[in-house]
Amino acid sequence: MLKKIDVMNHGEKVLQGNEACAEAAIHAGCRFFAGYPITPSTEIIEYLSEALLLQEEGSFLQAEDEISAMCAVIGARWGGKKSMTATSGPGFTLKQEALGYAVETETPVVVVNVQRGGPATGQPTFSSQQDIYQAKYGSHGDYEMICLAPASVQEMYDFTVKAFNLAERFRTPVILLADEIVGHMREKIQIPEQIAVEEHTPVKHCDKPFGRNEKNIPYAVHFFEGHNLLVEGQLHDEKGRRIGHLADKSGVFVGNLIDKIRKNQGDLVDIDHEFLEDAEVAVIAYGTVARSAKRAVRIAREKGIKAGLIKINIVWPFPEEQLKELAATIRTVIVPEMNMGKYCLEIQRCLKQSNVISVPKLGGIIHQPTELLHIIENETGERGR
Amino acid sequence: MNPLIERYIKKDSLPYIFCAGCGNGIILNAAIHAIDELGVKEDTACVSGIGCSSWIPPYLNMDVMHTIHGRAIAFAEGLKLSRPEKNIIVFTGDGDCLAIGGNHLLHAANRNINITVILVNNFIYGMTGGQKSPTTPPGSKTKTSPFGAFDDPIDGCGIAMSAGATYCARWTVAHPNQLKKAIKEGIMHNGFSLIEVLSQCPVQAGKSVFQERDPWGMMEAIKSQTIPYKSWIPDKPAGKIPIGTFKEDNSRQEYTDKIRKLKEQLRGMQKETV
Ligand SMILES: Cc1ncc(C[n+]2csc(CCOP(=O)(O)OP(=O)(O)O)c2C)c(N)n1
Ligand SMILES: [Mg+2]
Repeated sequence: MLKKIDVMNHGEKVLQGNEACAEAAIHAGCRFFAGYPITPSTEIIEYLSEALLLQEEGSFLQAEDEISAMCAVIGARWGGKKSMTATSGPGFTLKQEALGYAVETETPVVVVNVQRGGPATGQPTFSSQQDIYQAKYGSHGDYEMICLAPASVQEMYDFTVKAFNLAERFRTPVILLADEIVGHMREKIQIPEQIAVEEHTPVKHCDKPFGRNEKNIPYAVHFFEGHNLLVEGQLHDEKGRRIGHLADKSGVFVGNLIDKIRKNQGDLVDIDHEFLEDAEVAVIAYGTVARSAKRAVRIAREKGIKAGLIKINIVWPFPEEQLKELAATIRTVIVPEMNMGKYCLEIQRCLKQSNVISVPKLGGIIHQPTELLHIIENETGERGR
Repeated sequence: MNPLIERYIKKDSLPYIFCAGCGNGIILNAAIHAIDELGVKEDTACVSGIGCSSWIPPYLNMDVMHTIHGRAIAFAEGLKLSRPEKNIIVFTGDGDCLAIGGNHLLHAANRNINITVILVNNFIYGMTGGQKSPTTPPGSKTKTSPFGAFDDPIDGCGIAMSAGATYCARWTVAHPNQLKKAIKEGIMHNGFSLIEVLSQCPVQAGKSVFQERDPWGMMEAIKSQTIPYKSWIPDKPAGKIPIGTFKEDNSRQEYTDKIRKLKEQLRGMQKETV
């Protein structure tokens, strides 16, 4: 259940994105962090190495690698502490097996990926959105993931809180898919006086801890509450007992994991938009690139061009129905991304009636608003008029 | 029926997945007796990785986490750090702990974090069907060493102790009482403890490692290779495996105690500045 809690050090602040994320984690009730330093996420582990030890119930682990960090946060969550880990590309890859374990065991943890350019060591100090699909389907097997993409320091704060709440509510890991720019940028943000936080209410009798409620979500239970839980990485029944050797039951189990996200997708929509009423062309963007998109659309509007903006905040699950509705009358859609044009494929699949233009960008520098403006002008025939 | 079965085994999870003659039952039995004699059932959780040996705890009527290959110790560390007042027992295999999970063993031992690791050494990858493991004796013709294994075996106890484990013992399934006692000592010990158990896998290690498929004969063979030690002597006689309690050291501070003391200090400082 969501509970309003007071935030002690609220008010206006200038923070770095990574710091805002770390501070939000503490406010949202995170009491355990394990991580391994990696640019451009390192400020998060640095911040929490101090902040968590100053918390009465807090604990912290600088793990020997990203694999152990991911495993440790899952362990800590079953111990009853809200937990988080943070990393970037190579570390995110290492976490994937244990991340799948968190999905399968329905463990609510938050995983922050401050994206850099890849593949391999890639571009440690440059930004990218190249992990957009890895965030969705990076681990083996079938599942659905919840993933948020912040575009400002304020959103690093707000979305971190939201990530914890969604993780708890849906009993699943949630990914905060940030990037180098938003992680390292400093901006003025408003830390609210109160935030809503999903709180654990202990379940008394629970002989089927992995049974599901009407929303297809299992109980909020953890160790040492007398339930004798079996947290099992093999597909399992309501009591945690393995069913991996039973085809029919296994199919139902994986179906449930998928459905608890897909069927509740309506509760997982977070989209900002502007100027769509009469727009002929719209830019659809997520994460940092949405900043350039917003600027480009506003300049276009000043010039009298009928441009609009759709900024997707929860990128996974993909807001298919909502996008269809929002973009129903839009002729041309422009999708800038700091990758080879990945999310655009989903948008093309979804918006069959529109002309969907991918604007990929590699190299680590964000799209300039003027670049996007030119494309808007081209598409509306405004250029050189 | 033994009342311990009523209390400790989830009967609706039976039958066990273990093959006939497997040593895992003896180890499960020893662990249950140890936990029961200490009276710590409600304050203890078990964590395991992947492998036949990691299927020991899922039958227990306790809080259990059956995790991924090689990482049980890492999960256990997070669990321990979140609930330092609880006992955490890890069940792991020679492949799980010494191959894929070797790095976590090193670091957990170095931290001297209060976790009790029961390392089931059957000299083989049992679950995947008999491939060479880090403890397979040289010359063994396993599924992945058809010409005879030529890697030198890894000594789990030696590694754990040199990395900083503060309790370390090795027994065999032919020593169930000593094993139970060691598990009790490991649970009571405030620091990282490793208890290695030499065990038989008649199905996968029988022919390839022991030239002997009979479980009883394998237990005899394992036992006859061992020599009891009162402490750790690095230079062991050729072909012999030392058994016994090798180390019990209470001089090093435990990891969660370190954190707790640091936090108390920090809180004292915070109060002073107020
Ligand atoms: C990441 C990963 N790699 C490989 C495997 C396949 N696998 C399962 S158990 C195992 C070896 C187990 O050997 P050991 O730890 O000695 O346990 P035993 O079965 O002998 O008790 C392997 C390689 C896996 N499950 N996960
Ligand atoms: Mg083995």
